[in-house]
Amino acid sequence: MYDMKALYEARSVGEAVALRLEHPQAKILAGGSDVLVQLREGRLAGMEFISIYGIDALRGVTIDEDENIRIGSLTSFSHITRDPIIQKYCNVLGEAVDQVGSPQIRNIGTIGGNTCNGVTSADSASTLHAWEAIIELTGKDGIRRLPIKDFYIKAGTVDIKPENGEIQTAILIPKESYENTYGHYIKYGMRNAMEIATLGCSVNVRLSEDKSIIERCRIAYGVAGPVPMRCPTSEALATGQRPSAELYEAFAKSVISDINPRNSWRSSKAFRQHIAVEMAGKCLEEAVRRAGGEA
Amino acid sequence: MSAQYKLVRFNLNGKEVEKMVDVRASLTDMLRNDFRMTSVKKGCEVGECGACNVLIDGEAFNSCIYLAIWAEGKKIQTLESLLGPGGELSDIQEAFVEETAIQCGFCTPGFIMTTVEILNAGKLYSDEELRRLLAGHLCRCTGYENIFRAVKKVMYRRLGKELPEA
Amino acid sequence: MSIAYKSEVRVDAFDKVTGRTKYYEDLIPADALYVRIKHAEIAHGFVKKIDTDAAEKIPGVVKVLTCFDVPDIPFPTAGHPWSMDPSHQDVADRYLLNQHVHYWGDDIAVVIAEDEVSASQGVRALKVEYEELPFVLDVLKAMEPGAPQLHEKYPNNILKHTSMTKGDYKKAIEEPGLIKVEGWYDTPTVQHCHIENHGCFAYEENGRMTVVSSTQIPHIIRRVVGQALGRSWGNIRIIKPYIGGGFGNKQDALYEPLCAWCCTQVGGRCVRVICSREETFVSNRVRHAMRIHLVTWLTPDGSIAARKVECFSNQGAYASHGHSICAKAMGSFAQHYPCAHMECDAYTVFTNRPTAGAMRGYGMPQASFADESNIEDCAEAVGMDPMEFRNKNIMPQGFVDGFSKNENFYDTYRECMAKGAAYVDYEKKRAEYANDTGPIRRGIGLATFWYNTGVYPISLETSSNRMLLNLDGTVTMQCGETEIGQGADTAYAQMTAEAIGLASYRDVNVVSCQDTDITPTGLGAYASRQTYMAGFSISQTAALLKEKILKHAQALTRQAPLNLDIVDGYVVRKDDNRRLMSLSELAMTVQYDPVNSDHITAESTYTIRNNAYSFGCTFAEVEVNIPMCKVTVTRMVNVHDCGRLINPALAEAQVHGGMSMAIGFGASEQLLFDERNGKPLNNNLLDYKLSTFMDHPRLEALFIENPEPTSPFGTKALGEPPACSGAPAIRNAIKQATGVAIDHIPINPQVLYAELVKAGVIHDEWQEV
Repeated sequence: MYDMKALYEARSVGEAVALRLEHPQAKILAGGSDVLVQLREGRLAGMEFISIYGIDALRGVTIDEDENIRIGSLTSFSHITRDPIIQKYCNVLGEAVDQVGSPQIRNIGTIGGNTCNGVTSADSASTLHAWEAIIELTGKDGIRRLPIKDFYIKAGTVDIKPENGEIQTAILIPKESYENTYGHYIKYGMRNAMEIATLGCSVNVRLSEDKSIIERCRIAYGVAGPVPMRCPTSEALATGQRPSAELYEAFAKSVISDINPRNSWRSSKAFRQHIAVEMAGKCLEEAVRRAGGEA
Repeated sequence: MSAQYKLVRFNLNGKEVEKMVDVRASLTDMLRNDFRMTSVKKGCEVGECGACNVLIDGEAFNSCIYLAIWAEGKKIQTLESLLGPGGELSDIQEAFVEETAIQCGFCTPGFIMTTVEILNAGKLYSDEELRRLLAGHLCRCTGYENIFRAVKKVMYRRLGKELPEA
Repeated sequence: MSIAYKSEVRVDAFDKVTGRTKYYEDLIPADALYVRIKHAEIAHGFVKKIDTDAAEKIPGVVKVLTCFDVPDIPFPTAGHPWSMDPSHQDVADRYLLNQHVHYWGDDIAVVIAEDEVSASQGVRALKVEYEELPFVLDVLKAMEPGAPQLHEKYPNNILKHTSMTKGDYKKAIEEPGLIKVEGWYDTPTVQHCHIENHGCFAYEENGRMTVVSSTQIPHIIRRVVGQALGRSWGNIRIIKPYIGGGFGNKQDALYEPLCAWCCTQVGGRCVRVICSREETFVSNRVRHAMRIHLVTWLTPDGSIAARKVECFSNQGAYASHGHSICAKAMGSFAQHYPCAHMECDAYTVFTNRPTAGAMRGYGMPQASFADESNIEDCAEAVGMDPMEFRNKNIMPQGFVDGFSKNENFYDTYRECMAKGAAYVDYEKKRAEYANDTGPIRRGIGLATFWYNTGVYPISLETSSNRMLLNLDGTVTMQCGETEIGQGADTAYAQMTAEAIGLASYRDVNVVSCQDTDITPTGLGAYASRQTYMAGFSISQTAALLKEKILKHAQALTRQAPLNLDIVDGYVVRKDDNRRLMSLSELAMTVQYDPVNSDHITAESTYTIRNNAYSFGCTFAEVEVNIPMCKVTVTRMVNVHDCGRLINPALAEAQVHGGMSMAIGFGASEQLLFDERNGKPLNNNLLDYKLSTFMDHPRLEALFIENPEPTSPFGTKALGEPPACSGAPAIRNAIKQATGVAIDHIPINPQVLYAELVKAGVIHDEWQEV
C-alpha cells in the first residue's frame, strides 16, 4: 500500500493538463518505476499524484508530417526497442533503452518518465542528447517544443511548468538528425543486468557518400556530469576527418577536456574518466562501422 | 487522507472480475489480499527482485510497482493460471521440476511467468539472449543454472528441436 | 534397489511450481496489526527522548512503544544450542528496543497500527532526540586506544580474543634461507539476500504465545523468545512454515522477540513484523568482514616451515554469534595446510556496523580467501605451480585434528583437485593463458577449502524424530531439522524410506512445518549439519519402528523376527523372500485389533558425538578486459567430497547456489557505509550488486563420493562448502590473467582499475596533470 495523499487519474492529455492546474503540487506518475520506488522509500510519502499511465494516446512511435520520428512519452522501453521505425532510423535508441534495468522494468518504464526525472544516468538520455531530440510539452497554452539540452536544467530538474499545466507528451527526433545517421551506445555497469549506468556513452556519425569522411559526429554521455552532456571538443575533432585507429584514439582522449564526472561511492572520478575514454573510442569505431565506413 | 476507493474490472487468469480497491494499493497488494494469489511474492517491493512478477496483456511486470487501479481492462495472468483443470502442470512447470530448478521456491513463480512471456514469442534464443531475458529476477539458491536449463529445455521442446549438448 | 543415493524430485516441487507453498506472509490473519520499527539515524549514541504525540494522533495508529518501555532483560540472539555451562552461553547484549544506539539502523521504537500506511506514517512522525557519540566502523581502528567504546564490559571493543600455538614459531623462522610471503587479506560486509525477507507474526491463544516465523531454528527461537520476554519456555510456541531461503541470517533470533512482545502490549492481538528489503540489509545480520594477516615462511623446496595467522573479525554492533565464527576461521589454517610451527590469534571486535551473524560458510569464505590467496603467492615465491604447491602442503590422508578428532579418512583434497584439473584441462589452459598479452587476457585459478559438519564438539549435536506407520503403509516422519530451500525434506524422505524398507520415498510424509508444540526437539538448519545429524536419528528411529512392526508381524505371521525384514513396503520372510503381508495390512490389522489395538509409532533422540571433514575445491576461469576493467567469469567448476550423495540432483543444485554466492563475494557484493556518519549507502537490491542471470557462467559441480565412515548413510556436509573457495579461485585466475595479486574483495571494476593503475598495467596520462 502506497502512502499517497490522493491520486488523480487522467484519461486524456486535456484531463491531465486540467488536473495539473488544479493540483500544482501533485507529482506526475507515468510508468511509476522511479516515482513509486521513491514513494515506497518514503521520499514522496504523503504527496498527491496524477496518474497519466492510462493515456493511451501518448503511446507509440510514428513519423509525423514533418518527417520527425515522434515517440509518445508513455511508450515503454520494450516497445521502443521493438518498434520498426526506431529499428530502421534510430536503432541505437532502441538498443540503449534495452539496457534499462530488467525486462520487467523495460515493460513498465516510459521514455517520458526517464527524461522527466532529469537524472544523468537515464539510459535514454545520452542517446537523445546525441541525436538532438526535441521535447514536446503540452500545457494550458498549447504545445511547447524545446531542444533536449535546454530541457535539462540541473540534476533532477527539467523545464516543465506545472503552473501552466504542462506534461511531456512526446519526444521528437528531426529528420536532419536521423537521416543517414548511425550510432552506438555503451552502458557501463558494475554488473551486467539490473543496473544503473556508472557511465553511458552514445556516439553517432554521418559519413560522406563514399564513406570516407565523417561528415558529422555527435557524442553524449550520461553520468559524466550532473546532467547528460555533449562533448563539443571531441565532435569538432572528428568532424571532417577520415576514420582511422589514430582518430578513434585521439577522439577518445579528447573527451577528458569536456566531461566532468564526480567522485561518489558508486565510482571514483578517475575511474569514470578512464572508462569514458575507452567507451568513446569504442563507440565511435562501432558507429563508423555501422555507417558503412572503415578505419 | 480519507480512504479513496475505485472499482476495478479486469480479467484475472481468464475470468472477468471486479473489485473495489483502495487507490493506494499496488497490484501485488490487490492480487494477494483480495484474490489470494499467493504465487505473487514480495521480495523487495521496489521492482528489483522479480518475485511479484505477473503478465499483463502478455508482458511481464513487477506487480509491486504497478498500481492496482491500472489493472482496469487488462488481462492479468498469475502462476495460478498455468495449472490444468485436473491439476496438470504446464510444460514449463514440468521442466522446472525435472531440472531441479526449484529450491526455496520464492523466486520460482516470477521466473515461470517470465518464461511464459519468453516462450510465447516462439523464437529460438541464444544462451546469451535467454540469460538477458531472464535477468529481471534474482535468485540466491540456484545460481540460475538449473533455471536456465529448464527454460532452454522447454524452448527446444516447443520448437520441436533437439536440445544441444551443454 | 536403493532409495537413497538417487536423484529424486523434491517432495515440495509441485506446490512450489504452482505457487501454493505457504510462507509466513501467506498465513497472516487479515486482521493482524502492523508493527513498523523506527530505526536509529545515528551510528552511535543514546536516545534521550522520543516524542510520540504526533504519531499517536495518526488515525489507525494503535500504540507507540519506545526503548523506554521495554523490559530490562538483556537477551542473546545467536542460533546456538543452549548450554548448561553459563560460561559457554551466548552473550546477552540485546534489548527489545535500545536506548544505547550501537549502529545506524538500531531498533529504538515501534508503531503498531491497523494498516501499513498508518504504521509507516507513525514511524515518520516520531521525533527523536539523540546524544551522539563518536563511532568507529573499521575493525583495527576499533581496537586502538581511545576508540569509541560500544559495550562497557569489553575494553578496546574486543568481544573475545583466542590464540592457538603449535611448535615454536619464533625459533622456526630464524632458520636461514626461508622465504617469507606476507599479506593482509580483506573481505567485505555482505548480506544473505534470501529472496524472502525475514518476518513473523505473533498472537496469544489460551494464555500462550505463538509466533509464526520465517526462521531456520524454531526450537532455539522458542528459548530466545522466552528469555527476552521473561516467560517460561513452554509458554512459547514457534511455528516455522516454508521459508524463502535463510543462508544463516535466519539462524538468529531476528524480530520474533520484538513481535511477541508487541503482541503482549496490545492484549494478545495478532501483530505482524514484515521486514522490508532495506531493513533486511541493515537490521538483520550480515557476514563478518574480516581482515586477516598471514605470514608464511617457506623452505626453498616449497614446504611450509612456519605460519603466523591473525584474524580480525568485524562483529558490528551486537554479539550475536560472536567469536565462534572468527574462531572457526582461525582454526582452519592449522588443519588446511598443517605445519609444525604456528602462531594464531583471532579477535572479534565490536564496531558501529550492522550486527554480523551466521552466514553460509561461517567464517570459511573469509579464511579461504586469505589462505588460498596467500598459498597462491607462496607457490609463485618458490616457483612452483599452484596445484603442485597445494598437493605438496595440503592436509594429508590420515590427518587427525587433536581437538575435534576429525580424521581425513581419504586423500580427499588431492582427489578433488585431480578430478577438477582433468575435467577443466587445468595444466593445458594454464600454459595457454600464460601467453595472453592483449587487452583481453585469460586466467585460470584454483582454490581449495576446509570445512566440517556440524558443531560437535564445541556445542551440543542432537537430533530427534518421530515416525508413525500410517494405515496405508506409508510413514509420517517429523523432525526438528528444517527445510529452508536446500531440499532437506526430500533427503529425509529418501533416508527414512531406505532405513525402514519402503517402496519409495513418496511413501514417507515428511511434516515440513515445525511446530514446537508438536515437533520433536531439533536444533535446525545450520552448520551444514542436517543430513548428517538427522541421519543418525532417522536410522535409529527407523530401527525402533521396524522392531515394533516386526514384533506385530511375528504375532500375525508366526515367523521369527530374525527371519523377517521389510522390503518395498512388505513384511518378507528372509529365507525365501516371500512377501507375507503388506505394511498397510499389518497397520490396519493392528490398529483395529479389538483386544490389543496399537498405533505404531517410534520416537527417539540421538546425541551425535562425531564431526566429519568435508573438503573440495574450485576451478575458475576468467577473461579480463583490461582497458574496460571488467572481469568475466567464463567457467566455474566445483569439486566436493561430501561423502555419498543422498540425492545427486539436489546436491548439484546446492553447489550451484553456493558457487553463485562465492562469485558475488569475490566479484561484486559489498555493503557500503558513509564514513562521515556510518549510514549504509546501498542497502537495496539495485545498489548492492548481487549476481544476476548475466553475471554467471555455466556452473558445474563434480563430486568424489568417498563414504563417510562415521555416518550411517555415508554422508556429510554440503550446504555451506560450495560458498567457500569460489572467491579466491577468481582472485587467483585474475592474478594469472593480469599478473596482479589483489588481496581485497570484491574485485569489482573500480577495485580492478585502481589495482591495475597501481601495478602500472593501466596508465592514464591525464591523471598526472
